[in-house]
This record gives sequence, C-alpha cells and structure tokens, in this order.
Amino acid sequence: MASIPAAAPPAARRRRRSWKGWQFVGPFMVVFALVFLAPIAYSIYLSLFRNRLIGGNSFVGLENYQRALQDSQFWSAFGRVALFLVVQVPIMLFLALLVALAIDSGRLYGRSFFRVTIFLPYAVPAVVATLLWGFMYGARFGLIGNINDALHVTLPDPLSPHLVLASIGNIVTWEFVGYNMLIFYSALRTVPHTLYESAEIDGAGQFRIIRAIKLPAIRGALVIATIFSVIGSFQLFTEPAILKPLAPNAITTFFTPNLYAYALSFSGQQYNYAATVAIIMGVIVMVIAYVVQLRGTRES
Amino acid sequence: MRKLLPAVAAAAALTLALAGCGGSDASDSSGSSSSGTVSDADVTAALDKGGTLTVWAWEPTLKQVVTKFQEKYPNVKVNLVNAGTGNDQYKALQNAVAAGKGVPDVAQIEYYALPQFALGKALTSLKGYGAEDLKADFTPGPWSSVHSGGDIYGLPMDSGPMALFYNKDVFDKYGVKVPTTWQEYLDAARKIHKADPKVYITSDTGDAGFTTSMVWQAGGKPYQVDGTNVTINFADQGSMTYTQLWQQLISEKLVAPISGWTDQWFQGIANGTIATLPTGAWMPANFTSSAPSGSGKWRVADMPQWTAGANASAENGGSSLAIMDKGGNKALAYGFMKYANDGDGVQIRVDNGAFPATTKQLSDQQFLDKAFPYFGGQKANAIFAKSAANVVTGWSYLPFQVYSNSIFNDTVGKAYVSNTTLADGLKAWQDQSAKYGNDQGFTVK
Repeated sequence: MASIPAAAPPAARRRRRSWKGWQFVGPFMVVFALVFLAPIAYSIYLSLFRNRLIGGNSFVGLENYQRALQDSQFWSAFGRVALFLVVQVPIMLFLALLVALAIDSGRLYGRSFFRVTIFLPYAVPAVVATLLWGFMYGARFGLIGNINDALHVTLPDPLSPHLVLASIGNIVTWEFVGYNMLIFYSALRTVPHTLYESAEIDGAGQFRIIRAIKLPAIRGALVIATIFSVIGSFQLFTEPAILKPLAPNAITTFFTPNLYAYALSFSGQQYNYAATVAIIMGVIVMVIAYVVQLRGTRES
Repeated sequence: MRKLLPAVAAAAALTLALAGCGGSDASDSSGSSSSGTVSDADVTAALDKGGTLTVWAWEPTLKQVVTKFQEKYPNVKVNLVNAGTGNDQYKALQNAVAAGKGVPDVAQIEYYALPQFALGKALTSLKGYGAEDLKADFTPGPWSSVHSGGDIYGLPMDSGPMALFYNKDVFDKYGVKVPTTWQEYLDAARKIHKADPKVYITSDTGDAGFTTSMVWQAGGKPYQVDGTNVTINFADQGSMTYTQLWQQLISEKLVAPISGWTDQWFQGIANGTIATLPTGAWMPANFTSSAPSGSGKWRVADMPQWTAGANASAENGGSSLAIMDKGGNKALAYGFMKYANDGDGVQIRVDNGAFPATTKQLSDQQFLDKAFPYFGGQKANAIFAKSAANVVTGWSYLPFQVYSNSIFNDTVGKAYVSNTTLADGLKAWQDQSAKYGNDQGFTVK
C-alpha cells in the first residue's frame, strides 16, 4: 500500500521502538510461553527419558520414538481412528450439510424448531451423551434388549468387538451433526439472495443452485468443519473411555491413541512413553490437518 | 540420590510444620533403611507423646476407629483422607511418592497392589517393629498377602475369603441342587439355562481379580516372585484345572455377558437372571445397598470344590494398612496401624460391618451368630470364617499386578468375545505382563 516508502527510513528509530513493542507483546509472550510452549517442551523432555520400577530414571535419547514406531498396539490404535475418520466424518458432514441446506432452503415448516432440535445434542456433554447411548445399546436390559424381547428378534450387539466402533461413530455423529450444521447454515446465510434470484431467472433449478452457488460459497466453512472433524477423530477418547466398563473386551486399553497414552501413563507409570505417543500423534494430526487445509483452499 | 535428599528433607519439614509438634526425629525418613528396630516401648512412647498422622484410606469403618483412637490417645491427631478408591488412590500415591511430596504416613493398600509398592521402595518394612510376632493374630491368607520377598510390609485390615452367593428362589424353582463341586456347578449352569434361557448361573466378562482367585483356589501358583526375578506361568496344573472347566461355561454361553458393578449387573442380581456369585466376604454390604429387592432370596454356601470333599478356598480382594517410606513419624504410624488392625480397632470395624482378617474376631461367637436378613436370616459369617481358615497358602501376586490387571481384558477378554480360548488368552496375558516386567527392569521368565 502507501506505506512502502515509509518502511525504508531510519534503522535507528526501529531499534529504539523495538523495546516499546516488547512491552506490549511481553505479557502475552510470557503467558504464551508458559501455557502453550512449556508443556510441549516438557513433553519432549520427558519423552527422552525412561523411568523404570527397577533401575530408576535414565536418559535414552530417541529410544522411545523407535519403540513407538514399532509398537503394533499404537499403530492398531492409529489405524482404528483413521478408519473412523474415513467413514464417520464424511457421513456426519454430509448429514450436516443436508440439514443446513434444507433449513436454508426456506421450504421447511418449523425451521427454527428443527434447527434447535438438531443442534441440541451438541449441548449435551459428551460423557452424558455416551452414558445415554450406553444404556440404549445394552443388549440385555437396554433398549436393544427391550426390542429383542418385544419383537422376539436378536439384533446384533452394538457393543460387540465388530460393531463397537460403528456404535461410537453413531454417538459422535449424533453429537456433532448439529454443530456442523450450524457452521454450514451460518455460512449459507451470508450468501446474497440476489444470486439465487438471478440464477432462477437464468433457469437454474434448486440442485443447480446448490451445486453452482451454495456449495462454492461455503467452501471455507466446509474446510474448517473438515479440519475440526479430523482433529476430533484423532482425539477420540471420551466415548470409548465411558463405554469401556460396558464393553471391557471390545474396547481395549489401546483402542485409540489417546486412550493408549492415558493407559500407559496412569496404569503403567510409563509417563515417558506416554509423552512420546502423544507427541507423535500431535505431529501426525498437524500434518494431516495442514494437508486438508492446503487442498481445501488451493482451488479457491 | 543427591537430588532426592533435599526433597525428602523438605517433605519431612513440611510434615513437621503441619504436625505443629516440636522436634521429633526428622532423621526418621532420611535414614530410611528397612532394618531399623522399633520396640513396643518406642511405639507406646510415641503414642503418649503424640503428633499428627495422615492416613489415606477409603475403608468406611476407619472413621469410627479414628474417633476412638483419638479418645484413647488424646495427644495424637489423625487426618483421615479419602484419596480415592483402589486404583485412583494408587495413582495419587504413586505420584506423591514420585514427587517426594505430600506422601501420607499410612495408606490403605489392597493385597494385590502391596508387592508393587513394596518393590518400588514406597513402603517401610515392618520386620523391625516386631510385626512378625503378630502372625497368630491373623488368618493365613491375608497374612501371606502382606509379605513380599520374605519381608512384611503391612498389617491385614480386612479380607475377602470366597463363598458362593446364590439365589435360592432360582435353585428351588428349577429343582437344582446347590453345587458343592465345580463340576456340579457346570451341570447346574446347564440345567438352569436350559429351563429358562434368560437365566444364567453367573455373569462374567473377564475380571482379573476373579480369575486369579479361581486359579488360587484350584491350587495354581502362576506367579513366583524372588526379588526382581519373576516367573509367570499360566500353564500350571491349577490354572489348567480352572480353564478347562470355565472354558465350557464360556463356550456353551452359560455365563451372562454382563460386566460386574454395572447397572445391568445389579438388575440381574435383583431379578434372578444371575443365579450365583462366587466372590469375597465383603459382598453382603453391596447386596443390601445396590440390589435391595433381592433381599430374602439369596443365601450363602461354601465355595464349590475342585475335588469333591475338599475344603480349599481363596481370597478375593481385601486390603492392608502400610507405612509409607517417605512418611513422617513411623513409630506413631505403627501404633495407629496396630490399633486399627490388630487392637481395639478391629472390633469397632466389625461392629460397623467390616469383614476382619483377625482370628480372634473370626472365632467370636457373637460375630459368627450374626443373622443376615438379606440372606433370609442365615448366619453367613460362620461360612466366611470357615472359608478364611481354608485359604490355600503359598499364593503371591506380581510386583506389578496393578498394571497387569489393567491389561487383562485386552488379552484374556478375547476369550469372552471370540474364538480365542481362555488358556490362549491367559498365555497372551502372561506374555504381555512379562514384557512389561522386563521393560521395568525385572527379570521375567
């Protein structure tokens, strides 16, 4: 802009000014360093040691990382959340988009009623939601059990090892469809209605409007929602942790990477290795989220 | 070590400051070798002199014990802290020990967890306190459970000699005899489930404490511990005796796939779909509080036997009090512990519903004659006491049993939900426990 020539002048002035700047930034930097950087640094520090019941604490360098890379339990946990991500996230976002478009179309009766009802599960704490679903999933005395009794059928047990991931996916979808719907809906609201009108005059049908106007217009919101969901999937913890007492044999201590890190740290006293697992997962999630963002924003 | 000493000193100083009592022996904690001798006279002197003790325990009847204890020794102040139940408390305790700060003087530790803390040098050996002389006061199961590596680390507080709790209504309804052997138990399971497919002999989805207790009763000794040399072997005779029978119950789907302590489980106990529970003598209080509508229907019987006519039993659960190595006034701590677990405290706890580990109370006529309304007026304590006397000796837990139990369902749990056999599951458990043990610096075979 116009400030280009002004940027060149005296270096001396900048030097004097730099301390002023720090005085403003300083308080933030201190808090930032303490709250954001210190825990990460401490985790990295922890991950370089190994503390044993016999033999005490010793520096092991990158040995923990080596071990994690060859740890079949860790990678099975990673594979599980990756599968969860690939299946559950598209379903959830598709449903959320569908609902957002329906509400936005203006052709729905009781629009605000649906909006609130679908958003409501998001307001239920994840722990409560999981307990709620846990009761329903009960094949003996839960809702599934009642249906089996009433209709004399044997529904598959949602808490069996084969189905438990899908059951968790169902809970997560129920919890987060409303949240994502709200993101999409608010993005749709910012699209000027004149665009729709001119499209209609040009003879475009509703589906054409959705494809040509609405979806491109909310592209940013779609990318954001996807990134949130990717991160959420990799951090899967609460739902399996709460369901574990109900399905102890289906949900292992290494069901998700987070659950694994928790078990290592709290049951096994392997703080160092738990820190290692946490750091590796953090790096992986960062990379994947970055790739999604890059791909999502490139074409626009 | 150089780093550790200031921390210990700080902890000791903190304890002293909190205690508010003048210069008693702060050297206690830094000279923490386990060979120091503390005579009864020292303990009495400490009790008279007084001070402050911090006790971490979740055992509910200790509250009354503390009240009476402070009446008897007015100079002593006991802070009874509930730092969580079982594993929650162990996490806090382990963190405190690792940090060297905020360690209590006395802590409640379950028998299965005691070796882990003993080996982690978190506990004080009680040999020098003359604790070995108390052997005759306690029943054999708990007594052997407070020992680890030839040393003694706690005094037994309560115990869980096993018995068979059964729903008499169910057995009467289907005309099935209450089993006295495990073979009869299997037959009863088949008959009951055949008569009504909704009723199961018991529920089981894989519980480490239950499984190890069953192996224990069958005479198995899968864990051998000699210092840091550990052997795990779930292929021994006792373990195989158990797996052969229990495998049939699982394969024929005769045990309800309901996990213990869940809502469904208590419903099953109350409504008769779970017909028996082989478990520890601490169970009655849970029956009354969580399945009240089953009152009057349930009874207690001796544990079914692996060999007809035998009397073998095992412990399931139960806990001790132990003195923390980094705690403060140890003579005083021992005084409290002895009062609560061997002295007047025992009767106070029994009166409030605890199940003791002391032979005196277990042979007390009033205790044995107590009628339980939940069990139709049955004198259940007599059965428990008999079981306590018949606990198979020579059992020991792993020095890292707390961790090992946490991965039980990852391994043995598979036997309950797939084609994996119980024996294979136990082998996987053995391997993963061994791997952890070796990682932690033990030599596990």
